Amino acid sequence: MNKKHVKMTVNGKTVEGDVEARTLLIHFLREDLGLTGPHIGCETSHCGACTVDLDGRSVKSCTLFAVQAENADITTVEGMAAADGTLHAIQEGFMQEHGLQCGFCTPGMIMRTHRLLQENPNPTDEEIRWGISGNLCRCTGYQNIVKAVRYAANKLNDTTREAAE
Amino acid sequence: MIPGDFEYHRPNSIGEVVSLLSTHGDEARVIAGGHSLIPMMKLRLAAPEHLVDLQDVAGLVGVSEDGGAITIGAMTTQTELIASKVLAENCPIIREAALLIADPQVRYCGTLGGNVANGDPGNDMPALMQCLGATYLLQGPDGTREVDARDYYEAAYFTELKDGELLTGVRFEKPVVGHGYAYKKLKRKVGDYATAAAAVILSMNGGSCVSASIALTNVGDTPLYAQAASDALVGTALDAATIDQAVALAESITEPASDGRGPAEYRTKMAGVMTRRAIEEAKERAQ
Ligand SMILES: Cc1cc2nc3c(=O)[nH]c(=O)nc-3n(C[C@H](O)[C@H](O)[C@H](O)COP(=O)(O)OP(=O)(O)OC[C@H]3O[C@@H](n4cnc5c(N)ncnc54)[C@H](O)[C@@H]3O)c2cc1C
Ligand code: FES
Ligand code: FES
Repeated sequence: MNKKHVKMTVNGKTVEGDVEARTLLIHFLREDLGLTGPHIGCETSHCGACTVDLDGRSVKSCTLFAVQAENADITTVEGMAAADGTLHAIQEGFMQEHGLQCGFCTPGMIMRTHRLLQENPNPTDEEIRWGISGNLCRCTGYQNIVKAVRYAANKLNDTTREAAE
Repeated sequence: MIPGDFEYHRPNSIGEVVSLLSTHGDEARVIAGGHSLIPMMKLRLAAPEHLVDLQDVAGLVGVSEDGGAITIGAMTTQTELIASKVLAENCPIIREAALLIADPQVRYCGTLGGNVANGDPGNDMPALMQCLGATYLLQGPDGTREVDARDYYEAAYFTELKDGELLTGVRFEKPVVGHGYAYKKLKRKVGDYATAAAAVILSMNGGSCVSASIALTNVGDTPLYAQAASDALVGTALDAATIDQAVALAESITEPASDGRGPAEYRTKMAGVMTRRAIEEAKERAQ
C-alpha cells in the first residue's frame, strides 16, 4: 500500500494526514477529518452533494484524490458560519426561503452558491439555475433554492454597499 | 467505487513527465483534471500503477496568440476557455461548445488536453478541433511531433499518442474574420454527453460560401470530420437544396451505437438535425 503524507488548509486550519494515494478527497474530509458536511450522494461525479471550494473553484470532492489537494486551500460547509455560530448569508437564505427539505443536497448547494456569488454577485434567476446545474436536489423542485440564492445575493450586496458607505 | 491503488507522482516539468512515462510504460498514466480518468478508475476500467499529476508542470496552461495562430496549453480548463478574451474575439465556437460540456464543477477541472487526448468519442472538443483543422502538439522521449486532429483518432480510446508521449497543447489558425460558426449539441440533460452534436465553421463572400468545415461528435467510434458535406457547401449560396445535400452527406458517414441515448437510426437522424441547425446558424452569423 502506498501511503502518502498530505497537508492542506481546510476551513482556515492547516491539516495533515497519511492517506493511500487512492483515497478520494471526500473520504479524507469525512473519515479522517470528521467533516461530514460534504455528503456522498452518487460517488459518480453527478449530484454535487460532495461539492467543496478548493483554491477558488467549486469541485466535486468525490472526483479528486486527496493527494491532488496537497497544499490546497479548501472550504467546506463547516467553514461558512462565523465563529460565534452566526449563519452565513447563504445559510440564512436557505433557512428563510425554505431552500431545503431533507437537506442532503444543501451543503453542496451552499458551497456552489458561495463560489457562484463571488463570480457573479448579482445573477439572474436563469444564471442561478445554470450556476447550480451541477447540483441535484430530489426534494425541493429548485424553486426555493433559487429564491435562497437570490436572498443571499441581496443580503451580501447590501452588506457590501453598507461597508462602502 | 474505490479505485485500485497506485503510486502518485507530481513532477514540475514536461521533461520529468516524459521520463516517468518512459520508465513505467503502459503502467503509467497522466492525470489532468481527472474528470474522465477518476470515474474510469472507480469502475476499474482503468487501473494505472503510476499516476503522473500534471497540475504543477510549468508551461501547460493558457491561450496565446502568435500572428494568425492560437495555441492553447493542454492543462487549460474548460472554465478558462470560456473566460478567454482571445478566444471570444477570434474563435467564439470554443466558448459555445465548452458551455455545453458537463456542469460548472466539472468545467473547473476538465482540461482541453484531457478532453482531446483521451479518445472518448463522447467528448465534445475533438470534433471541434477537427472542424478548426487543429494540430496536436505531442512531446515524448524522441522529442516533439505534431499530429493533425483529423488523423489522431483511430478508434474509441485508441489514438496516435504513443507510450511515453504527452500532449502539450493544440494549435490552429484563427478562422477568418467575420466567419460564421455554431456548435449544436443534443443531450438529454445538463451534464450529459451528446446524443449527437455538430460543429460548423464557414465563411461567406458576396452571398457565396467560400469555405466550410463540419465535424460530428458521438456518432461513431471517433469524432468524424465530414469532408464531403463540407465540400458540398463551398461555392453555393447555402440554399435549401444545398443544405439538404450536406445534411445527407453528414448522416451517411455516421456509425452510432444504439444505447441509452437512442437507437442508431435516431442518432444518425439527430446528427443530421444538429448539422442542419449548425449550418443555418453559422450562415446567419457570417458577415
Ligand atoms: C458528470 C460529467 C459529465 C461530463 N460531460 C461531458 C460532456 O458533455 N462533454 C465532454 O466533452 N466531456 C464531458 N465530461 C468529461 C470532462 O470534460 C473531462 O474532464 C474531460 O474530458 C477530460 O479532461 P480531464 O482534464 O478531466 O482529463 P483526465 O480525466 O485527467 O484524463 C483523461 C485521459 O486523458 C489522458 N490525458 C490527460 N491529459 C493528457 C495530456 N496532456 N496528454 C496525454 N494524455 C492526457 C489521461 O491519461 C486519461 O487517460 C464529463 C465529465 C463528468 C464527470
Ligand atoms: S457524490 Fe460527488 S458528485 Fe455525487
Ligand atoms: S433537500 Fe432533499 S435533496 Fe435537496
